[in-house]
Amino acid sequence: MNFPILSSLILLPTIGALFLFFTKDKDGNNLTIKYVALFTSVVNFLISIYLWISFDQSTSSFQFIEERTWIEGFINYKVGVDGISILFIILTTFITLLCIISVNNSVKNRLRDFLIAILIMESFMIGVFCALDLVVFYLFFEAGLIPMFLIIGIWGGPKRVYSAFKFFLYTLLGSVLMLVAIISIYWITGTTDVVKLYDLGIDVKYQNLLWLAFFSSFAVKTPMWPVHTWLPDAHVEAPTAGSVLLAAILLKMAGYGFIRFSLGLFPVASEVFTPLIYTLSVIAIIFTSLIALMQEDMKKLIAYSSVAHMGFVTLGIFTLQQQGIEGSIIQMISHGLVSAALFLTVGVIYDRMHSRLISTYGGLVSVIPKYSILFMLFALASLGLPGTSGFIGEFLILMGAFKDNFLVAVIASLGVILGAVYMLWLYKRVVFGKLTNEGLKKILDLNRSEYFILSCLAAPILFFGFYPDPLINTIEVSVADLINMHSTNLASK
Amino acid sequence: MENLNLLLPEIFISLSIMFLLVQGVFKKESSKLTFNLSLFVILITTIITINETFSVSRATLFNQSVVIDYMSSFMKIITLIGGFLVLVISSSYLKTFKLYNIEYPILILSSILGMMVMISSNDLIVFYMGLELQSLALYVLAAYNRDQLKSSEAGLKYFVLSALSSGLLLYGCSLVYGFSGSTNFDVISNQLNSNEYVLTFGIVFILVGLAFKISAVPFHMWAPDVYEGSPTTVTLFFTMVPKIAALTVFIRFLYVPFSNLLDQWQMIIVFLSIASMLFGAIAAIGQTNIKRLIAYSSIGHIGYTLAGLATATNEGIQSSIIYISIYVVMNLALFSCLLMLKRKNQYYEDIDDLSGLSKNHPLLSLCLLAILFSLAGIPPLAGFFAKFYIFTAVLEQSMYFLAIVGLLSTVVAAFYYLRIIKIIYFDKEKEKYDDDHSLWLKFSLTFSTILILLYFIFPSQLIDVVSRINII
Repeated sequence: MNFPILSSLILLPTIGALFLFFTKDKDGNNLTIKYVALFTSVVNFLISIYLWISFDQSTSSFQFIEERTWIEGFINYKVGVDGISILFIILTTFITLLCIISVNNSVKNRLRDFLIAILIMESFMIGVFCALDLVVFYLFFEAGLIPMFLIIGIWGGPKRVYSAFKFFLYTLLGSVLMLVAIISIYWITGTTDVVKLYDLGIDVKYQNLLWLAFFSSFAVKTPMWPVHTWLPDAHVEAPTAGSVLLAAILLKMAGYGFIRFSLGLFPVASEVFTPLIYTLSVIAIIFTSLIALMQEDMKKLIAYSSVAHMGFVTLGIFTLQQQGIEGSIIQMISHGLVSAALFLTVGVIYDRMHSRLISTYGGLVSVIPKYSILFMLFALASLGLPGTSGFIGEFLILMGAFKDNFLVAVIASLGVILGAVYMLWLYKRVVFGKLTNEGLKKILDLNRSEYFILSCLAAPILFFGFYPDPLINTIEVSVADLINMHSTNLASK
Repeated sequence: MENLNLLLPEIFISLSIMFLLVQGVFKKESSKLTFNLSLFVILITTIITINETFSVSRATLFNQSVVIDYMSSFMKIITLIGGFLVLVISSSYLKTFKLYNIEYPILILSSILGMMVMISSNDLIVFYMGLELQSLALYVLAAYNRDQLKSSEAGLKYFVLSALSSGLLLYGCSLVYGFSGSTNFDVISNQLNSNEYVLTFGIVFILVGLAFKISAVPFHMWAPDVYEGSPTTVTLFFTMVPKIAALTVFIRFLYVPFSNLLDQWQMIIVFLSIASMLFGAIAAIGQTNIKRLIAYSSIGHIGYTLAGLATATNEGIQSSIIYISIYVVMNLALFSCLLMLKRKNQYYEDIDDLSGLSKNHPLLSLCLLAILFSLAGIPPLAGFFAKFYIFTAVLEQSMYFLAIVGLLSTVVAAFYYLRIIKIIYFDKEKEKYDDDHSLWLKFSLTFSTILILLYFIFPSQLIDVVSRINII
């Protein structure tokens, strides 16, 4: 392949954003803006699908590699995909596309700037998942903070300033230690190229500290208990599209980072710190599920449920079993779809009633039935009902966990029950019961674009729930190879 | 016979200063002419510097008391370009305050001359001469707006404290001279390898004097007051140009005369660096005046530059020079924005005056956004790369503590940069500012912002130029 397909994936949204920048932002007549943004994201989505089709599933080596000298003799711009990263790229382009369709309903002022921020964000997110050089990865990872800070701060709710600052500073604080680790890796091994580092390996005596430095960044971003507190704030205050991006993709960067860097580069340290990850994951699963149970704000509830689900993901990754890691990846993809869908469903009623409090609602099923059905589907997918993609992920993770550590697996399984409790209770309070709030009587059911977006999300959730093979086939070889590499590295040291 | 071509820039600029003075005295209402001529002089000097000296890897003149090498040429060029841009964007500001006189360009030119002498000095006496020439010009510049109390106060404060530090510096020089028997840097370098206590005092006095000039903590007290009181364009000059010269002298002192005394000064530099980074970050949080805030932020940035110097490697020095170059560009951009906050012949310099700027001036606020994130060191903007090189050099020497403290203080510093962004983007809008800015102001803002934004595409170019600098 000579055509730089990955670079064009990264660059295209930025070019679209530049176009938007030079169009005039007129109030009322902003169709051009929407079409430009929509067109860009559709094209990007199609390119990513093409990437998936032409992707060779039988090998675990990186494909579509592009390499260019960037800083002489120091850093190369290197991108490429393997089975693990390609799914995240598709998730990114897909979710961004839906976000751009959904802004029609929720964002009223400065639409052009909002779309520019989202498109630039898309560039950075795709960059994170393709980067095969630690410095390039860091660059994209950090750069994403800028548009997200603005999205929360400009278009967010009443406490947006506090949330935006908290989000930015928390993540930055975690990341600077990773920068120290990346530069140290350069001085230890002489390269920051991930592929070369996989071959070279890193001296055991440095691994623990380096692992902790990477962990500090990924743990904040995941977010793991006890550094999860920025997430509920950011979610609640961000506009719907912002919450969707945050939950569906930004959190996955950390899970992806754990698989690609923590496991791949520091096998010995990963083994050493597995108990730490297990403990934090189990606490996250149980503790944040309980917190979620007590929330009165719907967005906050879903935010806490995200923390719990990401707890499953980290648990699965560090089981170091084929099923566990595959389960984690599928859980991340599934959570990307489901949490996006849940935030959008909350967004739908928020746009109509301007309240996120559960107590405002009740008895929605009798006024907006279409909405209630889709909401039910997403709630069930979130709690991991068989037949939805959420089940596949959780099941595989727990299978991997049972192989590795029985006690942890048992406690984590309890989390599945708690997940069902808070989701069903939320659903019951919002959708069933008596219609007490007079304002709800005049509420409108889904309009065309909302219906379209939510069905777009429902389709893959159901499809992959019944037939997860396309996902598993894509990741299988890469994950098997990762585990092989991990165990050979362990054996040799 | 000495090769005087190498000194042509200095000779040319000093002759021009005398000529301009004379023509300013004899020709009435010649401020505009003087301004334009001075710009022309700086331009010519830059060209001469590039032509005559940039290819010289190292040459000494006048009994080795003046040295011309890559570092001196590169720093002179930045100094000249900085001076040129300051002069070019000052005129509308000065006209507003009725300060558009012939003295201003001439003072700037003389301080530039002083800095060029400093940059090239290889001898304690030559160095001191250059230092005093630039300082005297700067005292007057600080108090240039003499009708304003604050400006006079700034000038006086700067004068008193700077004279004190010059005194310390001179005392240190005399101690060093006493121990080495020479004022020449190379000779001193060969003579000094003992561990005498008194010699350490000499080093400390010199370092204190120099730290004062670059406003490193704990010798920074003058900076916020002087920056706030001076006319904005002079503040711009202060934050950019003298720092370049002082930094060069710092490098020269540490790595030529004191190169054998590494274990004695390294701790001092590390301390100055850590103190400046932390203090700059923390003290800036409470500021309400933009110029004061910039003063504290410049203290923080000097801390990062010193971190590169503390490594005692060529890479460290190069990273410091890259840092200061990128910092100069960011500062120029920031001050260009500040000079655009004008409404009905009044300039605004409180942070609150930026409130809601993005509604009325979307482009200006976008530039500010890029500049502030770059100052905070967020990728992919130029400021990130500046920090990246510094910490790469620092970590090469396994100075983990310095690196971690430095990076943590970037997080603290990010807070106050974010606060300004918050005020620009999230707060309620105020009245519109004037849009009729001079072409040069717009040019310097656009140019520097584009450099900041697109630096990541071609990061190698700057490194290529700077990597020719080898001091050790």
